Amino acid sequence: MTAIEILDLEKSYLVGFWRKRPKLALRPLRLTIEEGEVFGFLGPNGAGKTTTLKLLMGLVFPTAGRARILGMEIDDPRVKSQIGFLPEQPYFYDQLSARELLNYYGQLSGMAAKGRSARVEQMLARVGLSDSAGMQLRKFSKGMLQRVGLAQAILHDPKVVFLDEPMSGLDPMGRREVRDLIQQMRSEGKTVFFSTHILSDAEALCDRVGVIHQGELRGVGAVAELTSGKQGKVEIIFCAPRVPAGLASLGAEARVSGDMVNAVLPEERQDAALEVLRRERLKLISLTPVRSSLEEYYIQKLRPAENREEENRKGVGA
Amino acid sequence: MNSRIGYIAFNTFREAVRDRVLYNLIAFALLLSGAAILVGEISIDIERLVVVNLGLTAVSLFGVVIAIFIGIGLVSKEIDKRTLYTVLSRPVRRWEFVVGKFFGLTGTLVVNTFLMAIGVFLALLYVAHKFEKTDGWVLVALYFIVLQFLIVCALALFFSSFSTPLMSAVFTFALFVIGSLAEDLRGFARITHGAGGWLATAIAYVVPNFSALNVISQVAHGDAVPGRLILYNSVYALLYSAMAIAGAVLIFQRRNLK
Repeated sequence: MTAIEILDLEKSYLVGFWRKRPKLALRPLRLTIEEGEVFGFLGPNGAGKTTTLKLLMGLVFPTAGRARILGMEIDDPRVKSQIGFLPEQPYFYDQLSARELLNYYGQLSGMAAKGRSARVEQMLARVGLSDSAGMQLRKFSKGMLQRVGLAQAILHDPKVVFLDEPMSGLDPMGRREVRDLIQQMRSEGKTVFFSTHILSDAEALCDRVGVIHQGELRGVGAVAELTSGKQGKVEIIFCAPRVPAGLASLGAEARVSGDMVNAVLPEERQDAALEVLRRERLKLISLTPVRSSLEEYYIQKLRPAENREEENRKGVGA
Repeated sequence: MNSRIGYIAFNTFREAVRDRVLYNLIAFALLLSGAAILVGEISIDIERLVVVNLGLTAVSLFGVVIAIFIGIGLVSKEIDKRTLYTVLSRPVRRWEFVVGKFFGLTGTLVVNTFLMAIGVFLALLYVAHKFEKTDGWVLVALYFIVLQFLIVCALALFFSSFSTPLMSAVFTFALFVIGSLAEDLRGFARITHGAGGWLATAIAYVVPNFSALNVISQVAHGDAVPGRLILYNSVYALLYSAMAIAGAVLIFQRRNLK
């Protein structure tokens, strides 16, 4: 079943003081996300990611187009009990404690009094905030607020979760924890739609990604496909103080780092390269095919249209 | 009451009560009641008059300042800090949010007024050593002050639904001042002719009539407040607040939360 269906959603704002003129924040966007999918919405700052999320949350109104979540129009009040939302750099009522805040959001989400407290404690434990549950939020660090934000987004057990830059401002440990939480959501069958500009997170978590730039969706693809494309090259890592002469003559691009050598060369010369290593009695560490990365796809989609057409003609990228 | 409105109102009340600015204003109000006692001590035979006048004026002014100060930030602060995003992404309608905020603030002011009223009555007891029958009218004056707060809160909420906090404060305070002179404005309109007269009449009836809600001087002199005025003022304040809140809701329903 389709979880999110975006049908030519468009948003423009009027800017200027005297002579107001429309500024397009989101060009007609058409996108479908299936239930249980983890979808990464990629793009640089100001690309239109947050605008899209705000439109889906009903925080801003579309200039044109419509969207459905779980088959319901986004302005249908029933939708809201099925979704969870974490805004970018969340800020909460700082006079409340994490426990009070979650309890309040539980009330607003229509959770029954019976079982609400237990669910709040469960969520606090899940994001590692049980020990700070009674502390006022104004004393929380950015990372702790992000965890509270995640807890409130999944508190009422929504089917679809929207996360706006969930890793923003987190230290490596915090990012790891958020990644684990998203993995858990996936295993629970939830649909996760998250915006990010951290490509490694998207590559590690997403089933599919969409790249948006200057308010325009530039491309959508499955991460597995985008990163499985072979480039016809292999990377060989082996122990040696310098690059053997035989390897250089095979056209390898090699660099020495300490007593290790990293060499990239055409796939068809792989056997010849291994023969050189055997002859020189050098220890092989690894041999891996060079694959396309999400970063290459992202960079390609961000380039102006004419450059992309040129590259496509040459057969570069997905 | 819709349960979500109740939750939002309670949260607004809790936020306000935990706000240290509110505590300071209560302390100031109590301090002013103390000053009233001092003035009462040095006055001859008019201690009661001075205490009621000063005490109730302090209750009114401090309440209005709180109503404007918090009222203008009720919606705009939530938009600026983005706390609203996580509320409106839940099954909460925008009108429920506005109405809940209004009830939360008026609830805060009722509790605040109750605490300050205790201060006024303690001051009265201190200077007169006993309560008199006419002191009951002080309660009516306090009730009218609460009605004033309803209107001020609704106006602050209305202006803040489309304007900046600073401009909202200016508009609300200006309307409070003009509304306090509404009777004079109506008198002026009666004696003015032509376009000026029409304009003065229009303004006099559009601005909230705070002067009708001010019976402080009357009750300070121990005069009774007619039952008809209590009824009229109650209906007037409720209708005026309801219209201002409806206006705030209409604007907020269409607003893009940038």
